Amino acid sequence: MSDLTDLYQAVILDHNKRPRNRGKLPQATRVASGDNPTCGDNCTVYLKMEGEKIGEISFEGSGCAISQASASLMTTQLQGKTLAEAESEFDEFKNIVTTGEEPADFSEVAAFAGVHAFPARIKCATLSWHAAIDALNKPDQPVEN
Amino acid sequence: MSSDFSNLRVDFPVLDQHVGGHPLVYLDNAATTHKPRAVIDAVARFYERDNSNVHRGLHALSMRATDGYEAARARTARFINAADSAEIVFTSGTTASVNLVAQGWARDNLKSGDVVLCTEMEHHSNMVPWQIVCQQTGATLKYIPVLGEDAEGGLDMEALDQLLTEQVKLVAFTHISNTLGTINPAAEICAKARAVGALTMVDGAQSAGHEDVDVQAMGCDFYAFSGHKMAAPTGIGVLYGRRELLDHMSPWQGGGGMISVVRYDASEWKPAPERFEAGTPNVADAVGMHAAMDYLDSVGRPKIGQHEAELAALAYDRLSELPGIRLLGPRSGEPRAGLVSFAFADVHAHDVVTFADQDGVALRGGHHCNQPLMHKLGLPSTTRASFYLYNTPEDVDALVTSMRRILNFFGAG
Ligand SMILES: Cc1ncc(COP(=O)(O)O)c(C=O)c1O
Repeated sequence: MSDLTDLYQAVILDHNKRPRNRGKLPQATRVASGDNPTCGDNCTVYLKMEGEKIGEISFEGSGCAISQASASLMTTQLQGKTLAEAESEFDEFKNIVTTGEEPADFSEVAAFAGVHAFPARIKCATLSWHAAIDALNKPDQPVEN
Repeated sequence: MSSDFSNLRVDFPVLDQHVGGHPLVYLDNAATTHKPRAVIDAVARFYERDNSNVHRGLHALSMRATDGYEAARARTARFINAADSAEIVFTSGTTASVNLVAQGWARDNLKSGDVVLCTEMEHHSNMVPWQIVCQQTGATLKYIPVLGEDAEGGLDMEALDQLLTEQVKLVAFTHISNTLGTINPAAEICAKARAVGALTMVDGAQSAGHEDVDVQAMGCDFYAFSGHKMAAPTGIGVLYGRRELLDHMSPWQGGGGMISVVRYDASEWKPAPERFEAGTPNVADAVGMHAAMDYLDSVGRPKIGQHEAELAALAYDRLSELPGIRLLGPRSGEPRAGLVSFAFADVHAHDVVTFADQDGVALRGGHHCNQPLMHKLGLPSTTRASFYLYNTPEDVDALVTSMRRILNFFGAG
């Protein structure tokens, strides 16, 4: 079995301890949630769109270090992206967490390569990404929060 | 420790292995227990020598299979002190047993205005079947509250007295909570229910293999348990029901084995227990469960229960020294069954369980099939360590050491 320091890399621990873009987003125009009923993890992603691009993004929720760090990092990755760009980032992320292959370009998401050795945790890593893509697929409308 | 069972560890082949380079420390017994060699052999022997279908056969193997199956039923009756073997229905487990009562008894006997009482600490399998049948019949489901911010106070027995009106037709409660380790006063609850004419359904999943159960002394109407949580195979379980009740209940499923006469337009049912065992039953695992009952009683269930309770009390006290820990269920010194659930302020149960696994310590993290209770306690999930006869004080050491390592890693220790 893979070593735990592969799973809990410094990047992950850092994002878990000091999550970026955490909390509700005032003036969000899109929102979507996801949960992982087997473990009780949940995640809500808020978007404020600027045209086709994500102007601002935030997340809320509770869960394990992997899910929280992944959500935090996801928000930094998707800032300024369109739906098509976000989908291709998500594809790359899914590839990293399921195969353990690290991307050629240096990127913080590579820290999640260790997840592939812990199949039960892949869902933790992808939860917030699914919510973000769901939100991107919705029409703009004022979100109460 | 009052009993040293460490010599029994060799009876359980699965314990002899390493996980993550460490000897396996299996503390997930509330989810399922391991099987002693005697049980594994009994199942293998059945398939090697006696395998056949039951009831309708006239050849030697079929008669042996039938004898083995019915001997398991008689053994089960003795195991819980049922008055009669006919009160023992074999099912696939606790969940199936509860659903059988919900659909076989409650569906015919509940109507709008009636109340089913359940508890806030119920496993989903003794909660959701009542939600379903209440929707079907228009009856109302109410809950006996659990007291204390960490659920340390057990069931609110005063609230029970308030809730127990004549509208209550059934009280469904767990004997031992799989999430809290609380031991409920089963006989007292059954007596109170009987006083208002309500039936009782006791979930014995966590008690049957851990203490001497006497359904007549308890005074329950139904008692359900699973083989796999008491050293027997998966896929076999029991519904005990008082004979008068079973004989008047509708079949749950139709099929072979449960009918006395079949015409094209309608059929007649066999009496209990066959009425509730449509189709080919799980003969091999019933035989395996028979062996498990013999094994447990040769060790002595009261001794097993005491051993686990001592380990859980030790774990509770040792864990309570850790920073930022919140322990659920009875406080130190109060009666507690053989398990401990806890949560850390800064480390999620999933991270805890993944870490512990690297140390060879098998735990469970999550809501333990009790989402509403977790919600009430304001916890997304907890980590649970649950003990059985083969666990030792050294296993508690391994648990605590692993927890300290996790807290250090996450900078929370
Ligand atoms: C208290 C309790 N009731 C019911 C069940 C369900 O048992 P099974 O899954 O064997 O049907 C369990 C097992 O998780 C339990 O702990």
